[in-house]
Order: sequence, then C-alpha cells, then structure tokens
Amino acid sequence: MSGGFRDGARDAGRRRRRGRGEQAVVPDAEFASYYGRPVLKRPEWKPLDVAGYLFLGGLAGASSLLAAGADVTARPALARTAKLGAAGAIALSLAALVHDLGRPARFLLMLRVFKPTSPMSMGSWLLAGYAPLTMAAAAAEVSGRYRTAGAAATAGAAALGPAVATYTAVLISDTAVPSWHEGYREMPYVFAGSGATAAAGLALAAVEPAQTGPARRTAVLGAVLELGALRLMRRNMGQAAEAYEEDRPRAWLRAAEVLTAGGAALAAGGAALAAGAAGRGRVLTALAGTALLAGSAALRLGVFHAGVVSAEDPRYTVVPQRDRLTARSRTGEP
Amino acid sequence: MTDDIARAAGHTDPPPRMGFFTDTSVCIGCKACEVACKEWNAIPEDGLELTGMSYDNTQGLGASTWRHVAFVEQRTPPPGAAHGGAPDDVDVFDAARNLTGSPGGGEVRWLMASDVCKHCTHAACLDVCPTGSLFRTEFGSVVVQEDICNGCGYCVSACPYGVIERRPEDGRAWKCTLCYDRLGVGMEPACAKSCPTESIQFGPLEELRERAAGRLAQLHAAGAGDARLYGEDPRDGVGGDGAFFLLLDEPEVYGLPPDPVVTTRDLPGMWRHAAAAAVSLAALAVAGFAGRPR
Repeated sequence: MSGGFRDGARDAGRRRRRGRGEQAVVPDAEFASYYGRPVLKRPEWKPLDVAGYLFLGGLAGASSLLAAGADVTARPALARTAKLGAAGAIALSLAALVHDLGRPARFLLMLRVFKPTSPMSMGSWLLAGYAPLTMAAAAAEVSGRYRTAGAAATAGAAALGPAVATYTAVLISDTAVPSWHEGYREMPYVFAGSGATAAAGLALAAVEPAQTGPARRTAVLGAVLELGALRLMRRNMGQAAEAYEEDRPRAWLRAAEVLTAGGAALAAGGAALAAGAAGRGRVLTALAGTALLAGSAALRLGVFHAGVVSAEDPRYTVVPQRDRLTARSRTGEP
Repeated sequence: MTDDIARAAGHTDPPPRMGFFTDTSVCIGCKACEVACKEWNAIPEDGLELTGMSYDNTQGLGASTWRHVAFVEQRTPPPGAAHGGAPDDVDVFDAARNLTGSPGGGEVRWLMASDVCKHCTHAACLDVCPTGSLFRTEFGSVVVQEDICNGCGYCVSACPYGVIERRPEDGRAWKCTLCYDRLGVGMEPACAKSCPTESIQFGPLEELRERAAGRLAQLHAAGAGDARLYGEDPRDGVGGDGAFFLLLDEPEVYGLPPDPVVTTRDLPGMWRHAAAAAVSLAALAVAGFAGRPR
C-alpha cells in the first residue's frame, strides 16, 4: 500500500547499519514506518550517568562479597580494599543517579512509595538498605573500632551485594527498548559476571598479590560468566541483537571482550609469575586489574548504546512486532 | 473487566471508564485538536521547524505535544507493479500523467490521523514510575502529578508507543491527561470538543467500542477493506487502549507500533532471572575463596 516510505525507510536503515562489509544476522525485512521516524522515544538517560551507575553498582555489590570472604579467610588487605571500594562505588553510583534526574532536588521522592512493579523503586529501597551498610563496614575498617558492628555490616552488605549487582539488569530490561528488553533472561548473568570482574579488578589493582588469590579466581569465573552470557543473550534475542552490531555498541563491546578476557588471562597467568619474581608479578596483576575494571565499564557502555540504537531505529520496533502478528495470524490466534 | 481498572486502582464507585475513539477516516488534518490541546493545557512552544517531509511539522507526540496529527501522502502501486521508489525519485509530472492517463495506474491518497496518549489498560509508564507520580484516575486514564515527578525518565523508556517525554527546560515528564480537569466538571477534553468532523470522539469506552464496530462494518460494506480498528481489543499486549483508533492502513504507516506489549508483563520472569543470577554471583565468590589458601 504505502509505496514510497516503505522503501525509503528500509534503504535508510540499511545504509546506517552496514559499514564494514559484515553479514546481517537476519535478512533485511521490508517494513513501513512514518517517514523513518522512531516509534519509541530515545532513552533520556545520560550515557555516562547510567552506564556508570550500572558499572558502579556491579563493582560495589561484588566487592561486598569479596570483603566478607576476605574477613572470613583473614586477608586484611583484600578486606580493606573491597570494603572501601564498595562504599566508594555505591556513593558514586548514587551521585550519578541523582545527577541524572530531571529534578535532582526531588531525589528523596524515590522513597515516597514501595512499588514492586517498578524496578527503580525496588532498587531505591535496596540501595537505601545497602549503602549505609557499606559505609558502616568501611568506617569500622578505617577506624579500627566497633569491630562487631563492622563485621555485621560487612555480612549484611555481602547478603545484599548480589542483588545490587543484578537488579540493574531488570532496571534496563523492564523497558520498551528492544535491545534491552529482549535480553531480560540473560542480562542479569551478564551483569553478575561483569560485577565480579570489576570487583576482582579493583582488588588486583590495589592489593598485594599475596592476598589476591580469590580475586584472581573470581576474575576468571566472572569473565567466563559475563562473556558466555553475553554471547548467549545476543544469540537468543532475535533481531534486537543486530543493534549490538552497530558501530558504537560494537566498539564498546569489542573493547569489553578484549579487556575482560585479556585481564582475566593476565590475572590467571600473573599468579604463576608472582610466585617467581614478586616485583614483576605485582605490575602484571595491577595491569590485569585495571583491564578488568575498564572492561566492565566498557561492557555497560556497549549495552547502553545498543539500547539507544534500537530505540532510535523504527525497524527494531516494527519488524519483530509485525513478524509476531504474521505468525499469530498463521496459527489462527487472535 | 478491563474497564474495572479504576476500581482496581483503589477508587470506590468510579464513573464508567472514559476514552477516545479517533476515527481517522474522517480526519481532515486541520490540527484544531493540536491547537485546542495546547491552548487549554497551556503547553509551551515545542519548536517551530519545517520538516520538509510533509504537511506535518509537528512530527510526533512529546512532552509539549499531546495531540499530533500525522499526515501520510502515499501512492498505491498499480496492480501487479513493484513498489514505487523513494519519495525523492517521484517525478510529480509523471505521477500526474499516470493519474489521469493509464487506467491501471496507482492512486495518490492522503491519510490523516490525530495521535494521542493511549491511556493503556496495562500502562507501562504507570507501572515503572518509582515515585507514584503517575496514577490511574477514577475515569481510568493515566495522569502525571507534576508536583511529584522527579524526572527519572523511566516512563519515557517504558512506553511502547513513545508518547511520554521529559521536557528539557523543566526536567519533568509530561503527556496527555485526557483533560482530567475538564472531566472533573463534566466537560469533554479540549481536542474532542474542537474537532470539526467528529473524528475525535469522547465518551464511555464501552459505548465508543460499539460505535467503532458499527463504523467499521459501514466502511467495509462501502468497500474500504483496509479499514481496521487499532487498540480496541482488550486481549492485546497492553490490555486494550483507553484511546483507540480506526485506521486505513497498517499502524506502522502512522508511526504506531503494530503489536505493542507492556514491558512489565515479563517482570516476574525478569526478577526470577535476576535472583538466580544473584545466587550465581554469590556462588562464584564462594568458589573464588574455596580454592587454594593463597
């Protein structure tokens, strides 16, 4: 029916998406749109604030686990770094969240209601419980006093930490943004792994190698979980996966893969070296830690930008929905 | 059933659910609705730009545009012919000759449609709002309380229709209120009041659905086989719209999603996966410490 726009919009989409001679995951589908304009509104979140919030939440949550483990296994330097890291990261993430509000002065209204249908409401309550615990744990660590209270706060933060690291996946998946929503099954695992590599990275960068054995193993396990779940997510999300192939998200994700895999490999290999030459081992593990931190941040930016791309291009909204309707009419459902 | 949403939201003894039926087959693109809406709701200017794409310079719904008249100029392909090229390729003189000359040639037609917030039965914006600023009124509509909104922007990404938006100079989210203030005193919304062709019809949703079914049958009988209702089915992905439409082409031609689904439908699954992932993360850390002593 609608000749001109259908073809025009399709051609524009094709021009934007291809660039480096890659193969499309799904063959081009002809689709109609209103002069190529997006159906959805572009997410209004600022990339640095929100990707930073996702990254810092993962770093904090997983650091709380390392802190508790380090306390239990008597690794004081690891415990100190993890506790300070968790408190610092969550404080920064709260700052990023408030900064991203259209009305920052009204941030306390986040706690006006308790609303299970809103991941942001649940996250606010979670952080309202978690952030003070990390601060208390860090304060007890630094002051060296109130050890019992500090141990309780450390344990409490470790109990909430995994939820802090993974709820952010629900936060972005619970939107109409195709490349976020369609990944809701695997995204929490991607974020869990990414949080683990970030926390391990901080520990490796800041703690002497003699105490970072658990951090090294966490880095390797986290990298496997993160990169494996990411691959699975992109394979299972249908056409929405193509947004992850577009220029900006792809560059960030490529960087994330290289930094995370490289950092984890270096962390594992660094252990062997550290046994021989202590000085060189220290430099290598610090380098591994920095790469892991950077890799986790790059992953969040890649995921963020993929979502933005999928909201800006109507084909990500129209084509899967049209396919769904066609399939339904074939099976005779309403 | 779906019209009981006001009661479900805590209103005791609510009035019938009110809504819009926008019959685009009689829309003449006059934009009186856009103007009336802006005037009544005192909405600020939303950019004075010429798009060059059509007579539509409003472009779409947004924080400061609560009614938007879409304008689609299309050429139906001659029977058996391929689709026409991009708009740039059209030679208007050729097109004009084809119109009068060849008996089997394509036809030019204009589609006009006044878009608005759908006031969904299952409203994603309302579900995800963390402050409770968005709420369900006694009329079944969805309204932002501007004194509570803290501008988190979650509703913007959650809306499957791309309706609600943050106003940059203000920081808060805004959208159609179904003229909540006018409804309160028994008046109809400004856009419906101003519509000269009764393309925008306001009333109890139940009644509008009957009226729409009648109009659809009438159009089908008159040979307009492409006429279809959009958003009237309570079994769709958003539980049916409080503002639904009669369209003459596929929804996406008007910039509407063909099969929108409220994102929170999958929320229980999302929480389950997040919980399992949280357990995995804890297990992963335990495994990290369980290894060798170093």
